[in-house]
Amino acid sequence: MSAARVATGPEDVGIVPTGVANLEAVAAAFRRLGKTPRLLDSATGISSANYVVLPGVGSFAGGMAELRRRGWAEAVRGRVEEGRPTLAICLGLQLLCEESEEAPGTAGLGCVPGRVVRLAESCRVPQLGWNRVAAPAGTVFLRSAVVYYANSYGLEAGPAGWTAAMGRHGSRFVAGLERGGVLACQFHPELSGKVGAGLLKRWLEESPGAAEAFEPRAQRPALAAAC
Amino acid sequence: MLNVRVIPCLDVRDGRVVKGVRFDNLADQGDPARLARRYEREGADELVILDVSATAEGRVARFETVGRVRDEISIPLTVGGGVRTAEDAGALLEAGADRVAVNTAAVERPELLSEIATRFGAQCAVLALDGGATSDEACSSGFEVLTHSGSRRTGLDAAEWGRRAAELGAGEILLTSFDRDGTRSGYDLALIGIIREAVPVPIVASGGGAHAGHMCAAVEAGADAVLAASIFHQGDWSIGRLKDRLQQLGVAVRR
Repeated sequence: MSAARVATGPEDVGIVPTGVANLEAVAAAFRRLGKTPRLLDSATGISSANYVVLPGVGSFAGGMAELRRRGWAEAVRGRVEEGRPTLAICLGLQLLCEESEEAPGTAGLGCVPGRVVRLAESCRVPQLGWNRVAAPAGTVFLRSAVVYYANSYGLEAGPAGWTAAMGRHGSRFVAGLERGGVLACQFHPELSGKVGAGLLKRWLEESPGAAEAFEPRAQRPALAAAC
Repeated sequence: MLNVRVIPCLDVRDGRVVKGVRFDNLADQGDPARLARRYEREGADELVILDVSATAEGRVARFETVGRVRDEISIPLTVGGGVRTAEDAGALLEAGADRVAVNTAAVERPELLSEIATRFGAQCAVLALDGGATSDEACSSGFEVLTHSGSRRTGLDAAEWGRRAAELGAGEILLTSFDRDGTRSGYDLALIGIIREAVPVPIVASGGGAHAGHMCAAVEAGADAVLAASIFHQGDWSIGRLKDRLQQLGVAVRR
C-alpha cells in the first residue's frame, strides 16, 4: 500500500494508521472495489481526503495515544462532526466514543455520546466469529445481516444523534452507527465476505458528498456547492 | 447468536498446500490462493494457514503466500508458523494476516502471548496447542503439549498450559489432536473437554474431523469452531454441503 500525504484523487481511500495493525485486509477490500488505498501520514491528509478509514486493531489507550501523539485526533473528529465520508471499524467505532472501560481515564474522540464497556462474561469473550447485525428501517448503509466480529468491548446503547444497528452477544451492543457520510462498525466489513463488500460499496457510492468526490473538481457543476 | 465457524486449514510448505497423517508423510494438495478462493466461495467462515516447515527452518511463515491469499479472500485469515517475537507477528499482520497463531515459541517463552495480545489485542493472539495423549503422571489431564510440528513431546500438561496461555492473553485456542491429525477418526473429544474446562476463550477443534457428525460432537464437547483440511482438499465435502448437514444436525452455521 502506498503512503501519501494526500488522498484526494477520485479513486483514493485514505487509511489512518492507528498503530501496527492488519491494514492489509482493509486495503485489499477497497482494491477489490477498484479503489486505491493510501496510508495517510498527516492531519492535512486526513482532513482533505475524500474518504477516510479509521481501522481498529489494538487497545483503546494505544489507539487514542497514537492519534494524539501524531496530532490527528482533531482532524478525525472534524470529519466526523461534519458528516464527511469516514468509516470507523471495530476499535475505530470505540475511539469515536467518550470513554471506555478498557482504559478508565483516557478520553475518546467524543463524537459519539456514551461509554464502551466489556462484553458480558456470560458468553465467550472475545466474541470471535459471525453474528447478526439488526438494522432499523431507514438506514442508508447498514442492513440486517450476519457479519464477522472480533471484539471484547462494545457500546451498550444506541447513542442520541446517530442511527444505530444492534447486535447481541450475551447482552445487546451497538453493532453499527451511521450519520451523514459517517459509518462506524463494531464488526469487520472487510472480513465479512460479500455482505461486507456490499456495505463498503454503499458507503463509497451513497455517502452524501461522495458523488462529487468522483468528479474532478474543475468539472463539478457550480450548483453542487449549494447542496 | 454466534454461529459455529467452519474453517478449512491450509498446511503450507514451499508455497504449496500439503497434508499428511500425524504431521508426517505430507502430500501436495494444490495452490494456496486457489484453494482459499474456492473455500470462501463455498462458504468458509475463516481460513487458517500453517507454514509447517517454518519452525524447523528457523524462519517465519512466508509473507508472499499470506499476501496472495489475502488478496483473494474477504474472510478472516489466521497465520501460524515460526513466529518467535511480537515483531514477527506484526510482520505477518502487515502481510495480510488478521490473527497470528503461536505454538513452539510460546511454550519456550510464554510472555510472547502477552506481548502479542498487548500490542495487537487478545483477538489477534491465537495459541496453537498441539495435544497428545500421554501416560506421563506429571500431566494430570492425560494430555501433553507437543511442539516443533509434533516432533517434540514437552511433558507439559495440556490443560495447565491452556489455562496459563489464556491468562497471558491468548484470545483463542487452536486445539489440534496430534493422535487424530489426518486420521479421519473424529476429533479427540476428551482433549476438547479438558481444555473447555480450563479456558474461557473460544476453542477451534482440529485433527480427525471427517464429517458433520464429528463436528457436531466437537461442538457438544465445547468447541466454538471446527477446522478440517483433507476432507475439503480432497473433495469429500464441499463446505456448503457440510454446512447443510450441520444445520440438519441442529448446529447454528452461517448460510
